[in-house]
Amino acid sequence: MAAERVSHRARAGRSAPAEPGDRPDRPLATSSAGSGSMDGLLATKEIVIACGPGGVGKTTTAAAAGVMAAVRHGSKVLVLTVDPAKRLANALGLDGIGNTEHRVPDEAFRAAGLKPRGELWVAMLDTKESWDALIRRHAPDKQTRDEILANPLYQNISGKFVQSHDYIAMERLYEIHSESDYDLIVVDTPPTRNALDFLDAPQRMADFFSSRLLRWLIVPYRSRLVNVATKPFYSIADRILGTEFLADISEFFILFQSMYDGFVERSESVGRLLSDRRTTFVVVSTLEAVPLREAEYFAEQLVSRRLHLGAIVLNKVLPDYLRGSEGTAVADAINERSDELSKLLAPKLAAVDPAMADTDQIARVLGEVADSYLNFQVVALREMEERAMLSVVPDVLATVPFFDTDIFDLAGLVRLGEQIWD
Amino acid sequence: MNPLLDLKLLFVTGKGGVGKTTVASALALLASQRGKRVLICEVDAKGDVAGFYETAPTSFREREILPGLFAMTMDTEASLREYLKLQLRIPVVGRIGPLAKAFDFVATAAPGVREILTVGKFCYEVRERHYDLVVVDAPASGHIVGQLAAPQAINSLVKVGLIRTQTDWLLEILSDPRTTGLVAVCTPEEMPVNETIELAARVRDETTVQLSAVVVNRVLPELFGRQEEAVFDALGGPGPLARLDELVGGDAAPVFDAARLAVTMRRTRTTHLDRLRQGIDSAVPLLYLPYLFTRSHGLRTTRQVAASLGEELGF
Repeated sequence: MAAERVSHRARAGRSAPAEPGDRPDRPLATSSAGSGSMDGLLATKEIVIACGPGGVGKTTTAAAAGVMAAVRHGSKVLVLTVDPAKRLANALGLDGIGNTEHRVPDEAFRAAGLKPRGELWVAMLDTKESWDALIRRHAPDKQTRDEILANPLYQNISGKFVQSHDYIAMERLYEIHSESDYDLIVVDTPPTRNALDFLDAPQRMADFFSSRLLRWLIVPYRSRLVNVATKPFYSIADRILGTEFLADISEFFILFQSMYDGFVERSESVGRLLSDRRTTFVVVSTLEAVPLREAEYFAEQLVSRRLHLGAIVLNKVLPDYLRGSEGTAVADAINERSDELSKLLAPKLAAVDPAMADTDQIARVLGEVADSYLNFQVVALREMEERAMLSVVPDVLATVPFFDTDIFDLAGLVRLGEQIWD
Repeated sequence: MNPLLDLKLLFVTGKGGVGKTTVASALALLASQRGKRVLICEVDAKGDVAGFYETAPTSFREREILPGLFAMTMDTEASLREYLKLQLRIPVVGRIGPLAKAFDFVATAAPGVREILTVGKFCYEVRERHYDLVVVDAPASGHIVGQLAAPQAINSLVKVGLIRTQTDWLLEILSDPRTTGLVAVCTPEEMPVNETIELAARVRDETTVQLSAVVVNRVLPELFGRQEEAVFDALGGPGPLARLDELVGGDAAPVFDAARLAVTMRRTRTTHLDRLRQGIDSAVPLLYLPYLFTRSHGLRTTRQVAASLGEELGF
């Protein structure tokens, strides 16, 4: 909702909080801010939830953390992922396996030049399949189960209803955690409209099924019209939605009522698991302004909800060499003196290949090189500024440099993982 | 000329982080600069649109923020109130709270109901000709199809009732390629390209809305031609580089490393661009926006992006 979401603009005035207590004057830092390691964090937690804005490399980071825990700690690790890139899914053997947990074979590690230690398991989240499993578990009898599975409203909810992804991701996590023996489960969260949606999902699901409105909907149709309290709602709802649709809705909820207790209890357990001491959250972001604001807001919310913010991973950060002042001076000098420099350098190049002695061309290349450096420097400096202004600094603050190629296999994941490890 | 801005209703979508709101804001700004009366509406209510115009937060009631450019934020409860008043002539003054709550509840169980209030509001603005163009900063590509297909979803679930009768004119507006279009924004990276290709197929199969353009954001400049690249490689070799260090009196290696990074980045991105071109119907125009090496991301950036879009559209 708009009211809950502080606009970026309003939040931009960092140094002067709108209201006292609205924003902390000092960063929300723990005593050991930035000094911890991912190595230590993953060694002490059982559940890692990777979250953050879309498009920052959340899935890849989650997978890299899982691979590292398996390789370095020798742990039995499950990476529960939502939407991996095709090539990464292929590399992990995730293609077409859906909800089933699947072990990455030792050969895949050897092929990537790694010594297999521990066990790496992967699974993909299939919302529809997970919902169906949930219904099978909670349905009181075979007939109710079949009727729910065939109900058009149910099919809509399980297949299309966006918020149901959030809930089902957390529900799957609970199920796996309580029924299996992984040392560590790394969860990649689904893309949401709002990064907080999945945190609220269990509570929202419990509220939904225990709502007074739900009871109104499932009273037999005749008694609704004589009930003074509910009559205005039904007369308007009838006009808008049509009686038949309302009857469909009622039937769906009557079926669901039989599973009510199980559902509410379950979603409460799922909620408890999120705040459990064994669970930690890793917020992933880039240092671009818009995603970073979103990530920061999310980190603040985790802290204020007393959830464990274990780490912030800053991904795709431009390399350090772009920020040196010497580089600026050199680039400026190359730019200003490109004509003169090209003449002086031409003999050197002609020695390599006579075709490259064209001084105009050398000058042009020198100019492009210098401009490119200065261009990227603007972005790199902006990134550093953003990092320095972070309002929340957890124990672990990891920076991953920009990789010039895509990460799509185990070796790539380890390359990324090593950056966040120590 | 690309007739994109001659449409009446533009939905702008894209994977998170590709610059969807930037492009929506810039498209609306460009159209208003060209003399159109434009409404931009933010659906996600994150407050980003206000940031891109550096203006106060927007609300459901539209407000003129620049000459000819109006902005609003979608709010389904306010939309329901307006809908009941205008379409159904149901007097609900003062009782909207509980009703909205009830409606919210039904909408949670019956997907499409909430979406229809959102899409319905835009179609209404188009039907009433309040604006020349309505630009919607729509949900991310994962959610847009559900929104655009809401009228059909409602049609299949609701057999009678007022909502059912309302879906017909919505479908008419959404299905007319001269009225409504979808703009998909992506960057030349692996996941955004995959998602855009997938989106194009889903929009074709599951909705009646046409994909009017794909905007490729953050395209890196090409530094060198082929022969120039050979010169670059030679310049970066140990002999010439050491000489350059002497001549400029400093370490030139980082400057060359940066250029090398830029070249590989662009090369990786080119392969994704090629995949995009192959994966999208050739009738759909691709508009390219340059990577912006700037410090800010406010109105100045929005103006810059609008200018680039204008060039791509042949203005």
